[in-house]
Amino acid sequence: MSSNLQNLYRQVIMDHYKNPRNKGLISDAGYHDVHLRNPTCGDDVTISIKMDDDVIKDIRHEGTGCAICCSSASVMSETLVEKEVGDAVRLAHQFYDIVKGEEVLGDVEDMGDAFVYQGVSQFPARIKCATIAWKAFEQGISELKEGK
Amino acid sequence: MLNTEQIRKDFEILEESMNGKPLVYLDSAATALKPKAVLDAMDVYNKKASANVHRGVYKLSNDATDLYEGARTRVAKFLGAKDAREIVFGRGASDALNLVATGYGLHHLKPGDEIITTELEHHSSFLPWQNVAKVTGATLKFIPLTEEGRVTVENFKSVLTAKTKVVAINYISNVMGYLTPIKEIAALAHEVGAVVTVDAAQAGPHVNIDVQDLDVDFLSITGHKIYGPTGIGALYGKYELLTNMEPAQFGGEMVDFVDLPTGTTFKDTPYRFEAGTPPIAGAAGLAVAMDYVEALGWDNIRAHELELRQYAVDELSKIEGVEIYNPQSDTGIVSFNVGTAHPHDMATVYDANGVCLRAGHHCAQLLMRYLKQPATLRASMGIYTTKADIDALVAATKEGKETFDVF
Repeated sequence: MSSNLQNLYRQVIMDHYKNPRNKGLISDAGYHDVHLRNPTCGDDVTISIKMDDDVIKDIRHEGTGCAICCSSASVMSETLVEKEVGDAVRLAHQFYDIVKGEEVLGDVEDMGDAFVYQGVSQFPARIKCATIAWKAFEQGISELKEGK
Repeated sequence: MLNTEQIRKDFEILEESMNGKPLVYLDSAATALKPKAVLDAMDVYNKKASANVHRGVYKLSNDATDLYEGARTRVAKFLGAKDAREIVFGRGASDALNLVATGYGLHHLKPGDEIITTELEHHSSFLPWQNVAKVTGATLKFIPLTEEGRVTVENFKSVLTAKTKVVAINYISNVMGYLTPIKEIAALAHEVGAVVTVDAAQAGPHVNIDVQDLDVDFLSITGHKIYGPTGIGALYGKYELLTNMEPAQFGGEMVDFVDLPTGTTFKDTPYRFEAGTPPIAGAAGLAVAMDYVEALGWDNIRAHELELRQYAVDELSKIEGVEIYNPQSDTGIVSFNVGTAHPHDMATVYDANGVCLRAGHHCAQLLMRYLKQPATLRASMGIYTTKADIDALVAATKEGKETFDVF
């Protein structure tokens, strides 16, 4: 495998793809669901968020898609849990910078495994795959704030 | 047979590399590469005759007009049309297909009428008629496909009724590569008085299209799939139909007399359908692309593509887990998936190996549902494709399978 490819599909990503964390939705009124699709490739992701006093208490995910998309949802569910909502949204925006290969501003200590998605910047066609779960999360937070 | 080695010299882009690997171009069904002769023809217009057409009263403008109208005559000959007035230029096949739906469909259909189409259609063949159905109250009916995913004359008969007013159908499917029995379908459709509009975007580079022999009413092609430029396409329409069809776009050069309040009159076909400055350089390039392809010979092109298709099917089939959806494709279009590997993960492996191919729904979401796949991989071959290209495809497929076929 070429080094760019190896970099993209690092073990962390393949591990989350094969053994996703926090997968499966929970039927509970305390969760808020967002469903996003990428019609181009068929990625189909539902992100379910439980928030309590402005803290993300749980993130669940369900759906089908490529390794980048599915693993990213899994990594996100671990990265953003127990974060204050403002920090979680900031991390989502930093994640977008990481996958685009742009300079990441601000504190990135909390980014954890999500940093491995740097490799996506070598394959711009895959940026949407990497970000769809995070975009769904962000949309969910906006909807929760608006009281939907 | 084609002299591929000689042909490849005409395509400078094949000397390029992608991600550090020699370029392997297997996406000709999306857009074909353009030979030097086509690029030169566009240059000649831009450098030597760059005036507008049908407007100026000076020699340069006359030269541009001759070039543009010469291209129209060339397209008429390519399609076997009787008369150049039956050829309307536009920006591509989508433009042409939409013109038929808007200019003819919206004005002729009414509630209770039926439009026959298929799940094999590209979105640009299907969606304009879905809109016509929505606006006019006409009903869409689909020809049942065989297990292999083909349209047959028998299956067409099963949905044809006295209410059928339009048959909107592809000549070659962009995902399956199947050739539709258009001539037989057109004859049956005409028996009930229906109009037949054919999406020949994929057929252009593969078969010798003869609109008089097929006896179709409308037929759409695009330049860039016939090794020509992007931004130019053509609609063939029978003169009697075009001359009675309403313009869909209004503007310069499509009008005769402009009068208030409602006395404005329009030019005859094809000019009434060509509002604004047309793609003149594109038309010049398209004419030369047609010369180029025809000089190679249709039988040679077909034999070349079928040989490569067979080689690709044979070699890909040796890889465990590879599922080919159209092993009996009538062209060099091969659609497949690799075990549980997602097509977009596979596409990135091909990308890293310099292999250009399509991953996705191919603008044919109805067909993806028929195949019960969210997406597929599609390798498509052209006149410059070699066995070495297929070998690169197969090697990358093996690499991708090892990484991603994990469930």
